[in-house]
Amino acid sequence: MSIHQKSKSLATLGNELASTFIQLEVLNGHHVIEAKFPRFKEKVTALGFDPLTPTGIEIFQINIGKLCNQTCAHCHVDAGPSRKDEVMSKAHLEKCLEIIGATPSIQTVDITGGAPEMNQHFRWFVEQLSQTGKKITDRCNLTIIVSNPKYHDLPEFFARHRVNVVSSLPYFTKSRTDAQRGDGVFDDSIKALLMLNAVGYGQEGTGLELDLVYNPTGAFLPGSQVSLEGQFKQQLLHRYSIVFNQLYCITNLPISRFLDYLLQSGNYEDYMQELVSAFNPATVPGLMCRNTISVSWDGFLYDCDFNQMLDVKVEPAHTRHLDSFDLDALNSRSILLNQHCYGCTAGAGSSCGGAIK
Amino acid sequence: MTKENYFSKDELKRFGTITEFQETMGNKFFDWYGEVMKEGALTVREKALIALAVAHATQCPYCIDAYSSACLKHGADEEQMMEAVHVAAAIRAGTSLVYSVQMMDHVKKLSM
Repeated sequence: MSIHQKSKSLATLGNELASTFIQLEVLNGHHVIEAKFPRFKEKVTALGFDPLTPTGIEIFQINIGKLCNQTCAHCHVDAGPSRKDEVMSKAHLEKCLEIIGATPSIQTVDITGGAPEMNQHFRWFVEQLSQTGKKITDRCNLTIIVSNPKYHDLPEFFARHRVNVVSSLPYFTKSRTDAQRGDGVFDDSIKALLMLNAVGYGQEGTGLELDLVYNPTGAFLPGSQVSLEGQFKQQLLHRYSIVFNQLYCITNLPISRFLDYLLQSGNYEDYMQELVSAFNPATVPGLMCRNTISVSWDGFLYDCDFNQMLDVKVEPAHTRHLDSFDLDALNSRSILLNQHCYGCTAGAGSSCGGAIK
Repeated sequence: MTKENYFSKDELKRFGTITEFQETMGNKFFDWYGEVMKEGALTVREKALIALAVAHATQCPYCIDAYSSACLKHGADEEQMMEAVHVAAAIRAGTSLVYSVQMMDHVKKLSM
């Protein structure tokens, strides 16, 4: 079944939030809404992280393109079918391989998008990576697998290269999932999960890891990861005979399409207040920006995927691109913080690997 | 201090200030409340659903907002939440109806 998209990209709609400058203005209480919240940077500074610094680059996360077959209502990338021109070139992927090979501290290569599999060089890149011995993670939206016959063999391809598949599934029912990701997404996701299970993903003893990502389907924070994982495992097994390894709970950060949703629905101030009130100092030492570097489709470097989407490039300026990658400078950089960072420190914390504490 | 409405969302945010007039009892209440709502023999999701049902039975607007949010946060869906409210409503209705046995007994006693 084809997917009925929830929306169009902010860029396509001509929405002013397509401008990262406007998003930062909103977050800092200078535009659209006057609500002001304590400075995140001051909170972190008060804890003795002045500045917040990296612990070393262990995760090399690459957004290999904003092109996607879905246009989810909460997408922080503002990805979608219209973003055909923002896809990483083979030259940049080759540069990534060179850096990954020369940087022993990198343990995991985390490939994301968009739908990363829609990049025409995706399979070649994974094949090259599999020879490096690094852990490979692919953030797969599931529906891409059943969207077109040319993607039907992705489960076998992933298994052959021992790729850790991390897939979004915001809930174990159709209505909640489709409300966030588009009509038809839930049914296609279930089909794709069954195909992944069929080649051994999520099955005990295969070593083929299938993890799911839970994002709240509205203006509320995720609950306990352990508790939600238990519910997801029970329900998916009972209803569809689907198995998986871990559930990652990820808080929606107030940027891009989710920021637009918060403003349009009148939830922005309450949501920000909830993030601020739930600030948990214990999450700060384990923030993902401390052991990750995020690379954009055009080769620029960021402290995390969210800073990437706000176009806040790393400091210092001389190492902002793959072509000028300076490991020593990156390891001693100051991580750039802003108000959206409250999303990673609320409650149990949030990262691309789920809860922090 | 005057205000236009008896209920205001802002009052819930200031719930913690009840210790201002009775600190010891207030603190004991909040400690106990926190302990009650932790994961235990019942999950936090089950407790949130119970709290949501009770909120409807006691018709507390603060609790309805707070536990609708808590139910969503802990993974309950709309169907479960509405069923919980129906449980509260059914028990309330049953509480009224069961007294009709007393009414019937009394009527029968007085009637020929």
